[in-house]
Amino acid sequence: MRENKSIFTQIELPVVLLYLALTLIGWLSIYAAVYNEEHKSIFDISQRYGKQLLWIGLALVLGLFVMLTDTRFFNGFAFIIYLVTIGMLVAVLLFGSTIAGSKSWFQIGDFKLQPAEFAKFSTGLALAAFLNRLDTYISQTRTKIISIGIIVLPAILILMQYDTGSALVFSAFVLVLFREGLSPIPLILGLIAVVLFILTLYFSPLYVIIGIAVLLALSLFFTRRNIQVIMRLLAVFAVASLFVVSVGFVFDSVLEPHQRSRINVLLGLDEDLRGAGYNVHQSKIAIGSGGFAGKGFLQGTQTKFNFVPEQSTDFIFCTVGEEWGFLGTTVLIGLYMMLFMRLIRMAERQRSTFSRVYGYSVVSVLFFHFAINIAMTIGLAPVIGIPLPFVSYGGSSLWAFTIMLFAFLKLDANRLNVL
Amino acid sequence: MEGKKFNERRQIITLIILIVGGIFIVRLFFLQVINQSYKLSSQNNVLRFVTQYPARGTIFDRNGELMVYNEAAYDLLVIPRQAVIADTLAFCRLLKIDIESFRTRFEAARKYSRYRPSVFLEQISKEDYGYIIEKLYNYPGFFFQARTLRKYPRPIAAHVLGDVGEVNNNDMERDPVYKMGDYIGKSGLEKFYEKTLRGHKGMKIMMVDVHNREKGSYHDGIYDTLPITGKNVYLGMDARLQEYGEKLMVNKTGSVVAIDPETGEILALISSPNYDPNLLVGRARGKNFNELLNNPMKPLINRAIGGTYPPGSTFKMINALVALQTGSIDEGTRFSCQGKGSSPIKCTHSHVSPLSVQPAIENSCNPFFWNTFRSILTNPSLHGQKKALEYWHQKMLDFGLGHRFKTDIPFEVAGNIPSRDFYDKVYNGSWNAMTVRSLSIGQGEILVTPLQLANLAAIIGNEGYYYPPHLARRIGEENDSLPPHFTKKMETGIDARYYRLVKSAMLDVFEGGGGTARRFKIKEFQAAGKTGTAENPHGKDHSLFMAFAPYDKPKIAIAVVVENSGFGSTWAAPIASLMMELYITGEIKRPEMEQFLLENFPDPVEQ
Ligand SMILES: [Zn+2]
Repeated sequence: MRENKSIFTQIELPVVLLYLALTLIGWLSIYAAVYNEEHKSIFDISQRYGKQLLWIGLALVLGLFVMLTDTRFFNGFAFIIYLVTIGMLVAVLLFGSTIAGSKSWFQIGDFKLQPAEFAKFSTGLALAAFLNRLDTYISQTRTKIISIGIIVLPAILILMQYDTGSALVFSAFVLVLFREGLSPIPLILGLIAVVLFILTLYFSPLYVIIGIAVLLALSLFFTRRNIQVIMRLLAVFAVASLFVVSVGFVFDSVLEPHQRSRINVLLGLDEDLRGAGYNVHQSKIAIGSGGFAGKGFLQGTQTKFNFVPEQSTDFIFCTVGEEWGFLGTTVLIGLYMMLFMRLIRMAERQRSTFSRVYGYSVVSVLFFHFAINIAMTIGLAPVIGIPLPFVSYGGSSLWAFTIMLFAFLKLDANRLNVL
Repeated sequence: MEGKKFNERRQIITLIILIVGGIFIVRLFFLQVINQSYKLSSQNNVLRFVTQYPARGTIFDRNGELMVYNEAAYDLLVIPRQAVIADTLAFCRLLKIDIESFRTRFEAARKYSRYRPSVFLEQISKEDYGYIIEKLYNYPGFFFQARTLRKYPRPIAAHVLGDVGEVNNNDMERDPVYKMGDYIGKSGLEKFYEKTLRGHKGMKIMMVDVHNREKGSYHDGIYDTLPITGKNVYLGMDARLQEYGEKLMVNKTGSVVAIDPETGEILALISSPNYDPNLLVGRARGKNFNELLNNPMKPLINRAIGGTYPPGSTFKMINALVALQTGSIDEGTRFSCQGKGSSPIKCTHSHVSPLSVQPAIENSCNPFFWNTFRSILTNPSLHGQKKALEYWHQKMLDFGLGHRFKTDIPFEVAGNIPSRDFYDKVYNGSWNAMTVRSLSIGQGEILVTPLQLANLAAIIGNEGYYYPPHLARRIGEENDSLPPHFTKKMETGIDARYYRLVKSAMLDVFEGGGGTARRFKIKEFQAAGKTGTAENPHGKDHSLFMAFAPYDKPKIAIAVVVENSGFGSTWAAPIASLMMELYITGEIKRPEMEQFLLENFPDPVEQ
């Protein structure tokens, strides 16, 4: 009883306020996106904003439940929660319903649930619990392999549901491992790989390989020229060339046609503006037409024409951009920045590895969603359908993000009791 | 040392997040503040998304004659939010509508959406369009959209061609390609080949100023998409034969189906009473449709594929073929009409008795076919009467009866061939040939459609096989574009020599001295046929006739059903005869027979 009382005094209030602000902005934008004169009542459950209001109410109840949970539960049951989630991911593959091309939903009547959303939470817990063990050191190969396994297993299951967007989210956990001491080289290599990938699609593989050779030859002038360095550069050249050659193959043979078209459109290689490019273009018109101060609440026209697809879910940022302008989008991005900074600060002040790792998992997943979603709406990333945390329409994702965040708030509020 | 390393990493992560946030803000600054090209809609210009409707594919007959084509028409659209009407009365005069109609139309458009265009006045003719467009600049928010209407050069084949109407909510839910106001095939070929005929919609993005003037394409049209015209459908139908058949069937209730036995292509498919397909086009469609729907003669029903009749005597030949093939009887087997143990079914004709199979068909001898049917059910090689009925049932399916051909117009029915299970249920398992004896003469639970009857004629003409009857012979411009089941040869599994027996019996119906259709014999070639009478518990019997010609190498197989007209030879046989004559010789040399058919048919109301 005493503990519960102290929980609410020790809770990180700014984060709760940021959470409430984001959900409110989200709800207002959903209201504006589907607004019409016929259904003005905000409680109209037949409309998306009415439903979202219900989802928000339930999310707050869930958040309260999480706050009342014993902190030992999260650590103690982390692996069980993880295994249950994995079981659900397998079950949804076998018995799930297909909605919008991905077989990732449980549907009971009108009620839909997407286990992938909760997998992010339980993967964070499992990773935290694993790295919290006294016998794990990130420098050990065994620890590395198991950590990556914990992350990759749900990602593969989600990929099998054709939900590429949600699967990609799991790559965000690399940031967590980095913070825990994983060498940054995989991160940098990954970055180089992405750059090479894009270059290869722009130019032919041959030119890219020539470019690499020139760069490496140039670097010879700035280093000591001994046999060891030359051998190393040759090895780098071989690996890079192999990678470049295989990109072409992967792109043509492994990626699905719609993924290929999205990447092509993003890179400006594909003039087909009817498909993926059309969506992004419409989204850019909507945001761009907002100008500096926006058109005002409910005054958006572009978004109301239904030109922007998935308007209240993945493209909700358009509505903010059109109706609140540059001021609105900057404020929204600012709110997210504040949330992430706060969460990082909280993660760093944890006494237990478990809480810190979990805290970084929360930041990484939220940040990944934020970055990809907004980058997609403003034409900086391919159209990957993942929601903007707390803002996009949808019960599953809101609840999953709420549980994730409040579990961390609970751990943080209780941090002084950890020995 | 350790702490410092991790502190560095914390800062790197913080930096990554801040850089991404910074990139977004810079990008948004360019997008929202610097770049002016996205500001169109907040200033004077608005974007107007105009759907470019493709021309619907047209339909041709087997000789390349156009059966359906498109005529230009225009819909007047409105975006209520942009609409400005200074003088409502002048506007109503311009459009030739009254003020009441104006209000309800505008209200409906507003109710649909204030921001999205909806049709204000549909299907305005080319002439009115030219007149209205000159004045339209006075009325911002209104604009035209080109549409097409279906036109039928000959007012025939309404049931086959079907009609086109606006999509309803179900259509839009089933296929999101359809938007409010789009057209969709509602029946007939228009419905079946909808995806072929409809083409692909295009989209033109126009910039429009406050004076409702189109200022040209947005971004030079790079986001525009062109409509793609629908593909044409080429039919096996002979428009001239269809028209002639419809003429002969005027005032009669029933149907005619003619098939090319070599390919299964339907040459004519007539359901009477029918209606002018032009009635279901344009603004009067709704009103005319309701009138047709409420007409007591039910002209909307396609009796050729949806009407079912007991086949009567036309069915006896099928039983004979099964009996011959199973060895239940042979060519020489004779059954007597009278005397001891002759028959539970009386003979309706007087003739020499006993008869063998061929003369029995010519004389339609009921007792002979009862004995034939009983021989099948009691044939020891078929393992008992119940197993034998199962075998018989399967054979009937092989003849195309009791199931759909999945032909290319909707609402085809299967007819009915009773199964062993059916009788087991009805008679609690205790029944025998005697119980189900009406099957022997095509009565009882057996029901066939005129299409199935015509196909039977084709099977006999072909001596044992058929191609599932279908209307289209080619879809679009490619060959081999038909659904594969239309070109699959279906075998009945009965030897050609048995068919030849039946065929020669059918030849005598036209050519023989005592044949029931000898009056309708055609001079130019030999035809074979069979009359039938379908018992009708609700009134006068239906007259049935099936035939094929020329006898040696049939080019046409035909079935005619005239409801409530009594015996088969009176009305159904001459119609079949005249249509075969027209199709094969290209002309009618017996105008007096045609005259008789058109003028002497008893008025159905008087009966
Ligand atoms: Zn007889």
